[in-house]
Amino acid sequence: MSTFRFTRTAIETRALAAALANPACGGYACFEGWVRDTNDGQRVRQLEYEAFEALAVREGERIVAEAMSRFGVAHAACVHRLGDLAVGELAVWVGVSAPHRAEAFGACRYIIDEVKHRLPIWKKEHYLNGDSGWVNCERCAPGASAAHAHRHP
Amino acid sequence: MASSPAPISDAVAPLYGLLLAGGRSTRMGRDKAALSYGGDTPQLERAMTLLAGHVVRAYISVRPEQAADPLRARFPQILDTHDNVGPIAGLLAAQTAHPEAAWLVLACDLPLLDARTLAHLLRARDPQRMATAYRSSHDALPEPLCAIYEPASRKALAAHLASGQHCPRKFLASTDTLLIEQPAPGALDNINTPKEYGAVAERLTRPTTDAQRHITVQYYAVLREQAGVREESLVSAARTPGELYAELSRRHPFTLAPEVLRVAINNEFREWTTPLAEGDAVVFIPPVAGG
Repeated sequence: MSTFRFTRTAIETRALAAALANPACGGYACFEGWVRDTNDGQRVRQLEYEAFEALAVREGERIVAEAMSRFGVAHAACVHRLGDLAVGELAVWVGVSAPHRAEAFGACRYIIDEVKHRLPIWKKEHYLNGDSGWVNCERCAPGASAAHAHRHP
Repeated sequence: MASSPAPISDAVAPLYGLLLAGGRSTRMGRDKAALSYGGDTPQLERAMTLLAGHVVRAYISVRPEQAADPLRARFPQILDTHDNVGPIAGLLAAQTAHPEAAWLVLACDLPLLDARTLAHLLRARDPQRMATAYRSSHDALPEPLCAIYEPASRKALAAHLASGQHCPRKFLASTDTLLIEQPAPGALDNINTPKEYGAVAERLTRPTTDAQRHITVQYYAVLREQAGVREESLVSAARTPGELYAELSRRHPFTLAPEVLRVAINNEFREWTTPLAEGDAVVFIPPVAGG
């Protein structure tokens, strides 16, 4: 069963969490990433996610497998939205169930951190002032380093 | 199953690959999977490399008595569970083993199949339909053995078989199939007889006059907008992704320096210095922003 998936419609967290339930697990940790209304001082109206799906699904499954072996958890999954999202919508969900809370928190944190850094997923922000831009990409041109306020992973 | 995430109906199913290698090669008189075209690589291996570059996971479909064949034993296998029903048996076995996946099914006797034709099919895929397939460049009927079958097609396919019908073309023609035109007519010509094999092998062995390769480039996000296309196919003398990006930067107004990009070839991360091969599908990956 695939442990990493994309979806183009709302993520139903209740069913996803229920699928991780297991009598051997006393702890469940999840992370929900929501669309924020500001970024870098700009007011955000809407987001657009795009992914290189064939590679992202493989790499996403690898990340979940790494978390499971590193933290010794047996049940973990991640779902990421694609397409247009409004402020407040759920963009990414990570869930982990484990015998105890420490490994559940640890694996959950590991998965979301790696997902953000490694998966070929891109985010275009549409701002209230009518502008739009691909996050992390608009100021990477050679010679634009003066305006380059963020770090690359 | 209780501990696995439940399938969610609105998700786009992950795409798995199934290479059909269970044929009996009756007309060829020898195993078509072991034939090689223009080199020493058996057709089965060539087709698996091509397929694996476009899917999350790739398997070969074989009859149980073929499982231990040394060539076939090198690859992940799905064994036929129905006998004497042809390619449908392999697809049904795959759908039963992984009902959550969509399947890109390929015949293994398509030596002219290229990355461009596969990439074009994937781009055109409509996960809301039962299947996505090419229209034959010969008779305009669906080409069932280079096609994507969504999870929803499983029940209909089983019913088709239960009603005594074994023809996958008739199945696609009778169901909700998105039919698209081939970008390179002839790429799906299959090879059944020694005469056909001789003609194609001779054509593919002919030396190329220079060191040019057919490369498919797919663009995402800011690069897609700057290139103005999602994908292009080109003949290039570039030896590495680095040389290819430099060549493309002369034709497109790319603003991203190669230092901030990563490279994927055939759906795996690779180095900028990895040698490019004929038929490679290349993606330049802008700085990511998931989560």
